[in-house]
Amino acid sequence: MTVLALEHIDAGYGDTAILHDISLQVERGEIVVVIGPNGAGKSTALKSVFGLLNITAGRVVLEESEITNTPPEQVVRLGVCYVPQTGNVFVNLSVQENLEMGAFVRSDDFRPRLDEIYAMFPDLAEKRRQPAGSLSGGQRQMVAMGKALMLEPKILLLDEPTAGLSPKYRGEIFQTVKAINATGVPILMVEQNAKQALGIADRAYVLVDGENRHTGTGPELLADQEVARMFLGAKG
Amino acid sequence: MWEFVNFYFIPGLVLGCIYALGALGISLTFGILRFANFAHGEIMMLGAYFTFTIMGLTGWHPLVAALPSMALAALLMLYLDRQFFRPFRDSPTIMLVIASFGLMLMIRSAVWVFYGTQSKPLLRGFQRPTQYLDGAIQFPDKHLWIFLTTIVIMLAIWYLLTRTKIGKAMRAVSDSPELAKLTGIPVETVIRATWIVAACSAVAAGVLLAIDSQLDSLMGFKMLLPMFASAILGGIGRPFGAVLGGLVIGVAEELSAYPWIGVEPLLNPAYKTGMAFAIMVVMLIWRPSGLFKGRVF
Amino acid sequence: MEELAGYGNYIVSSLLTMGGIYAILTLGLNIQWGFTGLFNAGIAGFIAVGAYVFAILTKGPAAEHLGGYDLPLPLGAIAAMIVAAIIAWAIGKICIRLRSDYLAIATIGIAEILRLILKNETWATNGPRGISGVDKAFEWLPRPWGDIAFMVTILLTVLVIYLLLERAWRSPWGRLTTAIRDNEDSARAAGKDVETFRLQSFVIGAAIMGLAGAYLAQVQKFIGPDSTDPTTTTFLAWVMLIAGGSGNNRGAVLGAFLLWTVWSATQIVTGWLPQEIIVFGHPIENVPVRSTYLRIFLIGLVLQIVLQRYSAGILPETRPAVAGKSGKTGLEPGRTT
Repeated sequence: MTVLALEHIDAGYGDTAILHDISLQVERGEIVVVIGPNGAGKSTALKSVFGLLNITAGRVVLEESEITNTPPEQVVRLGVCYVPQTGNVFVNLSVQENLEMGAFVRSDDFRPRLDEIYAMFPDLAEKRRQPAGSLSGGQRQMVAMGKALMLEPKILLLDEPTAGLSPKYRGEIFQTVKAINATGVPILMVEQNAKQALGIADRAYVLVDGENRHTGTGPELLADQEVARMFLGAKG
Repeated sequence: MWEFVNFYFIPGLVLGCIYALGALGISLTFGILRFANFAHGEIMMLGAYFTFTIMGLTGWHPLVAALPSMALAALLMLYLDRQFFRPFRDSPTIMLVIASFGLMLMIRSAVWVFYGTQSKPLLRGFQRPTQYLDGAIQFPDKHLWIFLTTIVIMLAIWYLLTRTKIGKAMRAVSDSPELAKLTGIPVETVIRATWIVAACSAVAAGVLLAIDSQLDSLMGFKMLLPMFASAILGGIGRPFGAVLGGLVIGVAEELSAYPWIGVEPLLNPAYKTGMAFAIMVVMLIWRPSGLFKGRVF
Repeated sequence: MEELAGYGNYIVSSLLTMGGIYAILTLGLNIQWGFTGLFNAGIAGFIAVGAYVFAILTKGPAAEHLGGYDLPLPLGAIAAMIVAAIIAWAIGKICIRLRSDYLAIATIGIAEILRLILKNETWATNGPRGISGVDKAFEWLPRPWGDIAFMVTILLTVLVIYLLLERAWRSPWGRLTTAIRDNEDSARAAGKDVETFRLQSFVIGAAIMGLAGAYLAQVQKFIGPDSTDPTTTTFLAWVMLIAGGSGNNRGAVLGAFLLWTVWSATQIVTGWLPQEIIVFGHPIENVPVRSTYLRIFLIGLVLQIVLQRYSAGILPETRPAVAGKSGKTGLEPGRTT
């Protein structure tokens, strides 16, 4: 069953179109990775789902219903959570307060969920009283993801979660993404570290110049000559 | 020694409490709505006039009459926000500064139309100081009210900001409005809550100031500079930094008139406000983010 | 005939003279705000400095205050500009690198501090009583020619400043300040020293305001710490600029004369009102005084309406030679299209 689908999207800021006829799909339980060179429109594609820029053609479908150009506040309520690449935690709020804010739109008792998140990220449980701004880059990513998971979303959108992290943390983040996915949350992730990302991806899309270039399973794309030449470096 | 405490330090704390209450609102709105609200002092002043009117109608004590005034001021503030600030939410913030500057003049002239420009006492009669510690420390009861009211309001706002959902959301929006939106926090609701808190604390500051001295249509304007200085000293978006900033500046203003060297006041008391300005300038040069690492826009 | 002379006098000494002084002020503000996007909330402070410096330097000896320099009037006016410029430089040096809110706070602060100094340094300024008997240009001419000559001087000053600003506007300097106003980051990225240009613009604008102060002291023949209501004066200048069209020098001048005419005409009207009127059975006293305050309220409302609905002003900014930036209003610095 398809959780999220972008169907032939044209989108951009104002009159400047960045995406041309983009189509993406995320099925239930999948990790889908979007890779591509800088400026290919990867992050833009995520933002267009979230109502952060103007979609001029095509449509976005969440499960059965169309959510094209729905404002971000409502998209969240519909069960789509988006973790931006930077500025994704409230630095002056404690870790716990960040998670509570993640649950802002919930009106039920979210404390059991809070315990689940802490069980998933034991590091954060230790630091629950610390301001999120005092944590390391990797831990902040954890807070940001934990915050998004507080809503028990239908799908999680991650924008380059490993950007700016050391290789050690990168591996940890990819493991975490897999762990989150294992709890049943489908993930649509944009990544710069193509090789590692493809390693955990069920399926992947390659975007170039705002257009779909290749589509396939992770292993297929890893084996693809052109993809290897473009993104995985000479040694790939 | 006791003269120093009675005539300089305690009055400094009293003034500091009033600055603190005012600066708190400025710091909150600056942090959450991201602009320097020049009309904040006028809301203070207007709240004091509301209180004066309610006292005239009911004969209540000023601190009791202040409660309905807070409600009135909060409603008015919500209306003003809708009419004059909301149209500029997505514009450069300087538009909001100009709009608040215009509001400042509108509120003040409206008060002039209804009440005239004459200042008038809120409490009648002279208050004899109450003596403490065998007469070593003495200050009038009204100063005690000012301290207690300030402490109660501070505790209430501290509770709001750290223990309630909407208060935490206010801090979240202050931290990053963009992320707040992505998180699903209804920013407009948070903004309304902010105006209510700002209006109530401003009215409290205005009424306390009128109790301490008198009702004056320019009192809000005169408070503006020390309040901004307190907010900057504490760090913009750090409400409790602003409170400390207010206390520091209040005490510094009073102590600047103490005869530290010889028998003459160190600084001509007429230049008290200059202290606030000097502290602000030093902060802007040395550390614009304030003592508690607030925001610099 | 006498009535006609009365009207003539009003037109010369109020509409054209005071209107001209406000036009000078508005042009000064146009450099700061219209050209560069700097918010100055302490215009009254710069006027006061100019007025006092002029009065002290040009008056003959007086026991009550500093003075007796008896300098020629133009020299006094130049000194007024220089002192206003120095103060602007000092305050600008501190806050120009921060966002415009801080400059607004600091300028309102400096205006208040200046007022305190003028009020309390009695040895220099005669304190709250102010300085009276200020020399006025062309006073030695018989009436009404003295007033007319003075008015012509002011209008010529407006013209000269206007022409200079038009040149500045078209010059690379003017294009740069607008570029900074519209997109600070890209100007910075292009290697421009943003702070220096802003500071220059702030200082030049303040000097022009100082000159307006020097003229104001002459018109009133008196200057005191409270002789202008600081907020109202500052505010009027803002409304004039924004309504006239910020970023457009012609708009600034038009706005000044237009609003001054409305402002002074309504002042006359409030004087005609009866002392007391009955509204729904309630007597309302002091009607003329209350109406004066109502006038201030309405000017505030005008600002809000103009700001929201007609933010480009009567004569909107026209910026030639900047590609892709057409149709911008000078009012919204930093907005990217």
